[in-house]
Amino acid sequence: MTTLPVVKPVSPAPAAAAAVKKVNIIGLERTDYKGADSTLCAGCGHDSIASQIITACYEVGLSPERLIKFSGIGCSSKSPAYFMSRSFGINTLHGRMATVATGALTANHKLNGIGVSGDGDTGSIGLGNFKHMLRRNVHMVYIIENNGVYGLTKGQFSATADVGQELKHAGRNELPPIDLCLEALAADCGFVARGFAGDPKQVVALIKAALSHRGTAVLDIISPCVTFNNKDESTKSYAWGKANDERINDFTFVAPQVEITAEFEPGESKEVELHDGSRILLKRLDQGHNPTDRYAAMTLLQQAREKQMFITGLIYVDSSRESLAEHENLGDVPLARLPNEKLRPSKDTLQKIMASMA
Amino acid sequence: MSIAEVNTEPQAGQTAERPLIVDDFSISVATKNGSGSQTANTTLLRALFKMGIPVSGKNVFPSNIQGMPTWYTIRVSKDNYIGRRLHAEIVVAMNPATALEDHQLVEPGGVFMYADDIKIPLNRSDLSYYPIPVKKIASENETDPKLRSYVANMVYVGALAQLLNINLSDIEGALLYHFRGKRKPVDSNMKVVRLSAEWVKANLPKTDPFIVSKLNLTDGLIMIDGNTAAGLGAIYGGVTFAAWYPITPATGVADALNEYLPRLRIDPVTKAPTYAIIQAEDELAALGMVIGAGWAGVRSMTSTSGPGISLMAEFTGYGYFADIPAVIWDVQRMGPSTGMPTKVSQGDIIPAHYLGHGDGRHPCLIPGSVYECFEFGWRAFDVAERLQTPVFVLSDLDLGMNQWMTKPFDYPEEPINRGKVLTAEDLKKLGIGGYKRYRDVDGDGVAWRTLPGTDHPAAAYFTRGTGHNDEAKLSERTDDWEKSMARLARKFETARSIVPAPIVDQVEDAEVGIIAYGSTDAPIVEARSMLAEAGIKTSYMRVRALPLSHAVKAFVAAHKRTYIVEMNSDAQMCQLVRLDMPELATAVRPCNHNDGMPLTAVWISGAITDKEKSK
Repeated sequence: MTTLPVVKPVSPAPAAAAAVKKVNIIGLERTDYKGADSTLCAGCGHDSIASQIITACYEVGLSPERLIKFSGIGCSSKSPAYFMSRSFGINTLHGRMATVATGALTANHKLNGIGVSGDGDTGSIGLGNFKHMLRRNVHMVYIIENNGVYGLTKGQFSATADVGQELKHAGRNELPPIDLCLEALAADCGFVARGFAGDPKQVVALIKAALSHRGTAVLDIISPCVTFNNKDESTKSYAWGKANDERINDFTFVAPQVEITAEFEPGESKEVELHDGSRILLKRLDQGHNPTDRYAAMTLLQQAREKQMFITGLIYVDSSRESLAEHENLGDVPLARLPNEKLRPSKDTLQKIMASMA
Repeated sequence: MSIAEVNTEPQAGQTAERPLIVDDFSISVATKNGSGSQTANTTLLRALFKMGIPVSGKNVFPSNIQGMPTWYTIRVSKDNYIGRRLHAEIVVAMNPATALEDHQLVEPGGVFMYADDIKIPLNRSDLSYYPIPVKKIASENETDPKLRSYVANMVYVGALAQLLNINLSDIEGALLYHFRGKRKPVDSNMKVVRLSAEWVKANLPKTDPFIVSKLNLTDGLIMIDGNTAAGLGAIYGGVTFAAWYPITPATGVADALNEYLPRLRIDPVTKAPTYAIIQAEDELAALGMVIGAGWAGVRSMTSTSGPGISLMAEFTGYGYFADIPAVIWDVQRMGPSTGMPTKVSQGDIIPAHYLGHGDGRHPCLIPGSVYECFEFGWRAFDVAERLQTPVFVLSDLDLGMNQWMTKPFDYPEEPINRGKVLTAEDLKKLGIGGYKRYRDVDGDGVAWRTLPGTDHPAAAYFTRGTGHNDEAKLSERTDDWEKSMARLARKFETARSIVPAPIVDQVEDAEVGIIAYGSTDAPIVEARSMLAEAGIKTSYMRVRALPLSHAVKAFVAAHKRTYIVEMNSDAQMCQLVRLDMPELATAVRPCNHNDGMPLTAVWISGAITDKEKSK
């Protein structure tokens, strides 16, 4: 029997070629990570985040075939179509990304997951499913593209809008916002971060670290809606973000087996090891927030919420809790790859059960 | 002395002119729920079953944990009729709150056995009365007051055993089965049973004609409930992922998975489970997980009942339109809304078949016995994966929660069929552009799919509930939409030949046809005998799935009048049959009843007789 030649995902550029194409550690070019053209409004924060997802996955050398992209419904949820076309994607129901991801990543726990949701999707209709997913600690990166407004339905307040925010048609918001990072912490999430679509470098660093987390990593990324909620006084606008972004820390993500090259002065940095052997090298900034202290993280978020402070960075990290797949004690072979003979128990087992009921 | 001699020997006190009624009566035990009477009742049921006598047991219980009225009825039938009967010949009254009504409802000439502290007027001259000192016997045997009420139930077991001639060794065998061979509880219960039997023998002369006698009609059979059968069926169908939310009367399905999967699906080498079960936060989440898992390539299922089905509407429509396999096991109970959670109905036929917004019809398998609960348990996965769509199995509370006799389940004779899945190797052979997720290459409406993680650059596609073309790309083009819907319509026609075919008993010269489905099979068998005795010949078709087979139309066409017997208020199957064959609609007649209790043969034969008179 002749065997078919093994097709590599992409052929590395011949060494002899004049212009050697730039590839990552698994031999893929950045273009291998691109998606379809975006249909979002020009300048939408979500497009910037899609671009940072591409950068992060390309730079860490994540195989597109080993990733599932998830989303719910809304502007944010369209964006998985705009990055990594070689990855499977599933655009689920409004607010229900968490449930589908839980099933899919239990069926194949060896794959990586990146979910993109919005503040309406996660903070309102899907809040319950979101928290239960965190409780189960499904291994995936959960990005909330948070703009405080419903875009596709033309400008209603979402549950993350700050008190006093004003929208053209919806008027003034009087209800307190739901802080999705606080909700995540309350649900025992082991990786909670907030970013700003206007700070691509930080977003890339957060995504890279989140991919190495054991369980669900929540990234609440403020992502301005240029059409409905980008007036300078809006706390979800580019201008506000740029003027008020207070980084609580600065860090470098260090992949497993990579030697740390000190960027920070001794005594100023803190190293946090993630479950896969990668590390986060934190530089403490002025606030001195310790992201391994859960109570400190809650206090920080509560204070920021009360003062309407826009803090960004790694708020909390703890890789000690097992993921759902570990909790279920799933083996090396994903459930979705079990051969048929492992699916149906043998005839004698049925006969024994029948005999026991006679 | 042979057993037969013992059983037919006239008892002391029996009225001479009343002939014995052997193996043909019903017993109804009235208790409070949460009092532990289930052990006593299932013990009686199993003892009779082990004596070779056909039996059926039905638990009529409230949605409550402790203290509300509960009845357990056992039908003993030498003729193998196992449908419910409206009233019992033998009533055991253990609940003072219902004793007055229980007393009135005893069949004429029957038995009223009661706890002797129940004070009601015993004013029927046709009954045999047996006061039983339940508390006295129980307290003499059980010093622990907590256990006393449990043990009290064994008092009526012993009393009935003595009066009806049920072998004590069969009672003991049933208790051993119940307590899984644990001697201690068996002995303490048996002590009460024996003492009670002895007390009855010494103090109560038998004045009634009812008696049991050993038969051999249950040889080789087992007893099981439909929910356990469903769980086992799913396991032998290769269920690998299950997500569920607690709900009466479906919880038993998940219980069975939790009981048997750890025994049957542990990898012998790695010792890791080759399955996962998740108790979800609600039914919506349960089906979301199941859809996610089915999409990712495992055999996945959920089990639920009516309110859960309502919550699953959006995901069902999504699975239909995005071509994702899933099995939804619906143990139907009485709705709408919370309805009567512990009462039976066949009210989810139309809701399940059409579940979701917009267009969409889903295959539904409808088991009519616990044997078929097992069979459809494994078959449903083949149907779902072959059709790449959510598939319902419509069981009901009576089938699901009650014990039924059945022949032992047969191991699936067909190999697992996982439907159309392309591997990385297949994609290499197909070449660039050769794979389009929703292209109907075979013309049967079912396109080939790839699974996440397939290691080929052309494997991936983007799944969405939004309009899409055959490359799974977003499309709001009118022609793409129509193409998608036309393909799904072809798939629906494919489903007709894949789902289980009806079972037909066509009687020559019969003008009347009966179409029924699900758990009403048992009373229909008996009703047909009654109708035949009254001179009404009937043919019978038991529908086992939607979409309806073409054979249904032929059956209706072959009879002047076809009655659709079902347990719902809207005559749901009748509507579906009429829709399928508008030209025969006037020949299709509703025959529906929906009061929360399983249909009786008397009601069915009476209703059809009445309808035939006014045809």
